Amino acid sequence: MLAGLQRGARERAVWRRAGLTTNYAVAFAVKAVDVDVVAVYPITPQTTIVEKIAEFIHGGELRAELIHVESEHSALSAAVGAAATGARTFTATSSQGLELMHEVLHIASGLRLPIVMAVPTRALSAPISIHNDYSDIMNARDAGWAILIASTAQEAYDTVIQAYRIAEHPDVQLPVMVAYDGYLMSHTLEPVELYREEHVREFVPRRGRRNVLDVRSPITLGAFATPDNYYEFKYQQEAALRNVEGVLREVEADFAARFGASYGPLEAYRLEDADYALVTYGGAATGNARVAVDMARERGIRVGLLRIRLYRPFPSAPIITALAGVKAFAVIDRAIAYGSPAPGPLYKDVAAALYMEGLTVPGISVVHGIGQRAMYVEDFYGVIKMLAEGASTDKVLFLGLRE
Amino acid sequence: MSGWRSLPAGAAVLRPGSTADNITGTWRVVRPVIDQERCIRCGICWMYCPDSAILELKREYTTRGGKRYEVTYEVDYDHCKGCGICANECPVKAIEVVLEAK
Amino acid sequence: MTYRTIRDLPREELFAPGHSMCAGCGAAIAMRWLTKVAGRNTIIVNATGCVEVTTTQFPHTAWRVPYLHVAFENAAAAASGVEAALRVLASKGLRAPSGEKVVVVAGDGGTYDIGLQSLSGMLERGHKVLYVLYDNEAYMNTGIQRSGSTPKYAWTTTTPVGPHIKGKVQWKKDIMGIVLAHRVVYAATASIAYVVDLANKARKALDYSEEGPTFLHVLAPCVPGWRYPENKTVEVARLAVETGYFPLYEWERGAFRLNPPSNTHMDKSRRRPLKEFLRLQGRFTHLTDQEIAEIEAELDTYWNHLAKLVQAYGQ
Ligand SMILES: Cc1ncc(C[n+]2csc(CCOP(=O)(O)OP(=O)(O)O)c2C)c(N)n1
Ligand code: SF4
Ligand code: SF4
Ligand code: SF4
Ligand SMILES: [Mg+2]
Repeated sequence: MLAGLQRGARERAVWRRAGLTTNYAVAFAVKAVDVDVVAVYPITPQTTIVEKIAEFIHGGELRAELIHVESEHSALSAAVGAAATGARTFTATSSQGLELMHEVLHIASGLRLPIVMAVPTRALSAPISIHNDYSDIMNARDAGWAILIASTAQEAYDTVIQAYRIAEHPDVQLPVMVAYDGYLMSHTLEPVELYREEHVREFVPRRGRRNVLDVRSPITLGAFATPDNYYEFKYQQEAALRNVEGVLREVEADFAARFGASYGPLEAYRLEDADYALVTYGGAATGNARVAVDMARERGIRVGLLRIRLYRPFPSAPIITALAGVKAFAVIDRAIAYGSPAPGPLYKDVAAALYMEGLTVPGISVVHGIGQRAMYVEDFYGVIKMLAEGASTDKVLFLGLRE
Repeated sequence: MSGWRSLPAGAAVLRPGSTADNITGTWRVVRPVIDQERCIRCGICWMYCPDSAILELKREYTTRGGKRYEVTYEVDYDHCKGCGICANECPVKAIEVVLEAK
Repeated sequence: MTYRTIRDLPREELFAPGHSMCAGCGAAIAMRWLTKVAGRNTIIVNATGCVEVTTTQFPHTAWRVPYLHVAFENAAAAASGVEAALRVLASKGLRAPSGEKVVVVAGDGGTYDIGLQSLSGMLERGHKVLYVLYDNEAYMNTGIQRSGSTPKYAWTTTTPVGPHIKGKVQWKKDIMGIVLAHRVVYAATASIAYVVDLANKARKALDYSEEGPTFLHVLAPCVPGWRYPENKTVEVARLAVETGYFPLYEWERGAFRLNPPSNTHMDKSRRRPLKEFLRLQGRFTHLTDQEIAEIEAELDTYWNHLAKLVQAYGQ
């Protein structure tokens, strides 16, 4: 519930209410923060972002350079060049595009460049699929970027705006990905409240206190590091990424004061008194899980839902707090970590976090929605029942799979 | 060596031209020696040196034969790697290459 | 402005000594002259390769101008980002404009092969960038492997000379042809042996980069890669031109021009025998007379091609 004060702030900040796809909402956020350089290569389901941004630029609504790169590898490379020159920079991609960028993902974070990238997620080839899952993002999770996963168009809009504050924060100076469900969100209309751009620009001021390419003080970026120093630079990156959780809270406090909204690193739903928990991320899985939780609650099962919004750095402490009291949990992943101890990437993170705290809460690794395989509320409800009955000896479930 | 906190973010190198600190003269096996008497101040050695190790100095020099020059070319032995390009290219063979005394 | 003699050339050194390029490195000579001509108001974007690893070992840098290295295949893309950023930041009043030049430095591997796509993208989009290819005809940084630029029959570590196959099987790629197909405003070949010519071309290429992308193809011999004594770098580079192996020419606003001494080489008798270039280099010692004749014949074909360019676009 919005406090009265925040509601007032929001009413002042909102410029217009519109029905937008998440991709369009993201494009509006890019315009609102007054991005300078955009380098994007088309790929489904990302493409409508760059199309919308092109409309803004060609229409004179956004003063930015749109670099019509010839690949995603070049998109991120151009973004690196632009960010190294001090420009506020945006890129976006999905699936194969994110894979093609992979080399440069590590370079962008290694060079400590505050690039923001939107990723409407999509399954990976082969076989080629244009539909949704989170294989692309999960393959990028160890590249040193902060990763936030939004679950609504409004949240994606807000998160892109916040992402610039986080990325450019002096304690962070790292690139940030904002992910969400391809198609299920990227191409689905939702009501979105857009803010007055003056308000957004006040929220994301230009600080420009980092080392950039400038003939007035020539520096070398992209140096070669020997074993004497390489490790220290990589640790710097790790330390900076760990700062993101605190910075996110700080940034969100300010965001709440100005725009009357905040999300936190994770979202707990009916978890306070829960015996069981579902854990997931993104739009569709969260939506289904929420309905399944309500159904179960109606039938007397005390179950709650934990949605992970900040995925990297992993917010272990609040997750442990949220899960410490439950009898069992299930993590519903939208990707397969092939051949891993558990098939769910998020499950592995949650299990490791609990283990490191000395907790042994029983958990199930559930995979669903691969290549946009339809996820039904009943599937999620079935998982809850399984948890509640304690009957399952299965630690791994591939839901929706035909035998 | 610095700990991780005090190294510049992103491995940025903040001191332009700082390789000059490296004494690459230790690489040398042979040493170019310019004969100032013979040298006609054409600048060819200076132009071709890959290590900017021929210095063009505004220093007058008068040969025994009475010819006056305004500049003197000298080898920067801190950086000269002893490749011998200068000697190979000198049009009047004014640069001798001698073995480095070890 | 034209440099006529050594006296006219810029004096300030913007590429510091103490780098770890091999003694006698041809690329080092190219870098010295490129930076001298470009001056302080320049941003360098370098592809992975010999120049990069030998000049930027933390905490040192040879560069006295701002410098960015991102990766091997994307220097042109990164430079596109730098150039676009400079333009938009200046127009938005977010950065005082200083008319900086953006210059890519990339090896033959980073240009002919893995970087060809990003180069083409940059040329096609028309970024105001000078792209300098220093061509040492192989992947030297990784230990002399063949590239699309390596000449036929040359020894490299991946084209060894064996009883079955001797050296590289394919011909050298015509990178200038590819660049010219993008209709750039200025492109030229240059050699570290002809520094005044190189400096003038770099100057022109920088000036023309105010209109759009420009390109400089600089032949830069490599001591261990070409296997010649380290004092012979300039001599080998000179012979490459004098034998007609590496003609000096420029493409300026749609006009094609051979430069001295190559402008006299249409007449084959004015070229020195190719053998003089080949025999200095260990990478060619295994060549038979027949193979040399084959290379010569291919070279003649190339010169015929140049003759047609002179006919069609010469002034
Ligand atoms: C994507 C990628 N593939 C391969 C390499 C390994 N590598 C680094 S430099 C290099 C060769 C560079 O050759 P060239 O561009 O000709 O420059 P040179 O070293 O000869 O100066 C290679 C293969 C790399 N760094 N990145
Ligand atoms: S020997 Fe080589 S490095 Fe030394 S001064 Fe002569 S050209 Fe320069
Ligand atoms: S090349 Fe020879 S003559 Fe010319 S300046 Fe150098 S030493 Fe003197
Ligand atoms: S290997 Fe060749 S190109 Fe590389 S530094 Fe040595 S001489 Fe120069
Ligand atoms: Mg090479």
